[in-house]
Amino acid sequence: MGGFPIISAVVFLPLIGALIIMGVRSATAGSFSSEEAGKDSRAALLAGLIISSATFVASVAAFLTFDSNAAGYQLVEQYAWYGEITYKVGVDGLSMPLILLTTFLTPICLLASWNSIHTRVTEYVVAFLVLETFMLGVFAALDIVLFYIFFEAGLIPMFLIIGIWGGKEKIYAAFKFFLYTLLGSLLMLVAVVYMFQAAGSSDIEVLEKFAFPPHVQTWLWLAFAASFAVKLPMWPVHTWLPDAHVQAPTAGSVILAGVLLKMGGYGFLRFSLPMFPDASHLFQPAMFALAVIAIVYTSLVAWRQTDMKKLIAYSSVAHMGFVTLGIFSFNEVGVQGAIFQMLSHGLIASALFLIVGVVYDRMHTREIAAYGGLVKRMPVYATLFMLFTMANVGLPGTSGFVGEILTMVGGFQAATWAAAGAALGVIFSAVYMLTLYRRTVFGEITNPKLNDISDMNVIELVCIVPLALLTILFGVAPNLIFNITEGAANRILSLMVGG
Amino acid sequence: MLDYTAMIVAIGPELWLAAAGLLGVLLGAILKDRFNALSFKYGALALFGAAALSLMFYQGGEAFGGLVKTNTFVNFAKFVSFAVGGFALIMSEGFLKRHDTIRYEYVLLTLFASLGMGMILSAADLMTLYMGIETLSLSSYVLAAFHRDSARSSEAGLKYFVLGALASGMLLYGASLVYGFSGTTNFAGISSSAPSIGLMFGMVLMIVGLAFKISAAPMHVWTPDVYEGAPTPVGAFFASAPKMASMVVFANVMFTAFGDVMDQWQLIVAIIAGLSMIIGSFGALTQTNVKRLLGYSSIANVGYALVAVAAGQASGAGALLIFMTLYVVSSLGLFAGVLAMRRRGGMVESIDELGGLMSSRPWLAIALSILIFSIAGLPPFGGFFGKWEVFNAGIEAGLLPLAIILVVSSVVSLGYYLRIVKIMWFDEPKERFESIDGSVTLTVLASAFVAGILFLVFINQLSQWAYDAALGLAS
Repeated sequence: MGGFPIISAVVFLPLIGALIIMGVRSATAGSFSSEEAGKDSRAALLAGLIISSATFVASVAAFLTFDSNAAGYQLVEQYAWYGEITYKVGVDGLSMPLILLTTFLTPICLLASWNSIHTRVTEYVVAFLVLETFMLGVFAALDIVLFYIFFEAGLIPMFLIIGIWGGKEKIYAAFKFFLYTLLGSLLMLVAVVYMFQAAGSSDIEVLEKFAFPPHVQTWLWLAFAASFAVKLPMWPVHTWLPDAHVQAPTAGSVILAGVLLKMGGYGFLRFSLPMFPDASHLFQPAMFALAVIAIVYTSLVAWRQTDMKKLIAYSSVAHMGFVTLGIFSFNEVGVQGAIFQMLSHGLIASALFLIVGVVYDRMHTREIAAYGGLVKRMPVYATLFMLFTMANVGLPGTSGFVGEILTMVGGFQAATWAAAGAALGVIFSAVYMLTLYRRTVFGEITNPKLNDISDMNVIELVCIVPLALLTILFGVAPNLIFNITEGAANRILSLMVGG
Repeated sequence: MLDYTAMIVAIGPELWLAAAGLLGVLLGAILKDRFNALSFKYGALALFGAAALSLMFYQGGEAFGGLVKTNTFVNFAKFVSFAVGGFALIMSEGFLKRHDTIRYEYVLLTLFASLGMGMILSAADLMTLYMGIETLSLSSYVLAAFHRDSARSSEAGLKYFVLGALASGMLLYGASLVYGFSGTTNFAGISSSAPSIGLMFGMVLMIVGLAFKISAAPMHVWTPDVYEGAPTPVGAFFASAPKMASMVVFANVMFTAFGDVMDQWQLIVAIIAGLSMIIGSFGALTQTNVKRLLGYSSIANVGYALVAVAAGQASGAGALLIFMTLYVVSSLGLFAGVLAMRRRGGMVESIDELGGLMSSRPWLAIALSILIFSIAGLPPFGGFFGKWEVFNAGIEAGLLPLAIILVVSSVVSLGYYLRIVKIMWFDEPKERFESIDGSVTLTVLASAFVAGILFLVFINQLSQWAYDAALGLAS
């Protein structure tokens, strides 16, 4: 404690930036959402980029002061706020990488929107920056009520992003996304209130050590799981995800897959495991079963998709199944693998959505059948697409491999059948990803419109290449991540035993 | 001999309002039409003065041999009711001017209705309670029918009157039973008398009568019609100041007169609360008229507030004050938003008319969205804490089924709240609304700021005040 409140600065920098952008726009244009000329809108995007990049720099600065060897919470800030509920933020080895992932992806999202968003750009930038604050708040909050507030508040900007800048069925998708997630979160609220009253504190550190009676744990666990399972998402409550992904603009899909889904896994690790260990053990077989169903079933569903984004959305559900598997293996390998898989999927799925966005911006269709033979016109694109296809399949040398193998090893130690089922999913993922790749990139050009499609431009490369580099880097040197997450993973597991 | 100091300490704001109202009548008689425009400032000043007086005599006292007794709990409610009443009056002026119905009677009726609010809040006796309720109700009936040339307004006034009279009858019947079986009309006396079947009958009838006044289901049917038919500023008034006052009175009567027999009424209040939440939130789903929608939304919100009442004095009193304060501030702001919906010289009331408001009037749209999210109880806005408190109180009192209904109806209500947001943000822009009065814009922005953001940061302060105020009940 003491010193510069770096975590709060990281969390609220985007929000402050958003307010400044709104203020400046109203001052200069009279109203910040009038029909903008192209030039003005670029200014808003540029401002958003600068702010989100500054946030990234700030989060890196926070990371530099972060001690990877310490297990507990660091850079903690606590201020009195509302009775027993305090404003308390801080990071540990679990939240720090996720914060970095968030601050890293947001500028990429804004940059990726450079050529694809032309209407109401200022509001778009503001929505993204506000969303970034809420996402960072979720990971940084060390008070369960504060966590809940950020968790729920994030729905509003995402609702607007899907609903305003989305595709044809955007309204339906936005409502489905909102109401689905909200129902889950409100059940969590019931549990939060109960825990708050039982423990007399909403401090996560206190709650971690508070021993809830086993039968109470079961209910609390279920209420939390209702929220996190929807967010993750787990089969069978995943159906909002394909709709939301398909309708959201490219950057919205990126942030959805890259960060919002991670909140589910983060929630399980931060709350369900350490606070309700008995219930977690009780539900372990059920969670394994759901994870395996998710992996196998959604992989098969993904295979039959005709829409590229939908395919990747289902593949996300499958990959999140590995996260569930790893988390509920309750051993170090599995939990570390789950955290790694979340980060890795954050990079890979984001990149895949960007890659779909590249051709969508040119052709305005996501039908797989409309493509074919892209390699002849877009060699660079084909190369990057290949890399991420392989990463999504889990090819050794990419980060996808590390996450999948570790979660499966963890799962194997806990329940062999679960790992066996998950391994099936790895095969299926090769099937659907390679099919997708073959049908879009290889073959003859059948669609005449594809004849003058251009390869990736500089902006698109700037967006995707960093993701590619990190995917390979973490694939080759996963210890870069493990060194950070090790302490946190062990701490969670020791809390399960001790508490 | 009357003790004037004790009298002023106990009911200073009411004396002030009665004097202001009567002086207004005189001024009206002397100045005639010249008083019309001036009267709104006069009335608002009177109300703000009454609000200030309720703070001045915040600790309250007892007077008239126990007929009135005030404490911090009711004075908190008085302050909020009078203050929002003042704002409701200020923003009415422009509307009435445009409809050529700007008359000082409107102000005087508002003042007398406010006097009634003060009286019921101060009441410590069934007689004062009934007189206050009638003062409030009779003024309200006339206000609802204030646009007497409009069929809708007259219908609203008549409907309100007929049903209101029925409810008053129930209340009176209940009160007489209570008197008959306890032998006293004083709250403290009723509380200390031995419970009997007859007393319980009386209590239930009184609950029915009071439930009508707060528009709780199943005594809610008048609400959407009256909200829709009454002139919009009247709706804004109904949804804010008297709502706060009646809700707190309901709690006050339950806690003080029937505090010892809570086991007898807790289930009744809980059922009323559950029904109100369900009927309010499901009823609003299909509404297309924004005022009707707000009517149903107010029924649902009364249901939430009743959860706090059902939780009992210890857990619920403070929560009730916090919830209602946040609610009436947001509610006033939303009605101010409705007042801004003017096109080609007339008011439009369909929700679709808000289409594309984000493009035509972004700040209004943002403020309204904040208010909607706040009233829906969605974090990070202030309204979340209102629901949080109520929820907390409900669970603390072991009312888990009610808490679950609260959660479910919150999700359902998001269905229609989100629809408004959707229309404002996603739909194609419609023609721009006509220019809005400064006072209306100010009310929308200010209430969005206060309910949505100020209370988010300073919620601790508000809850401190409310919980300290609730302690006044115990003394």
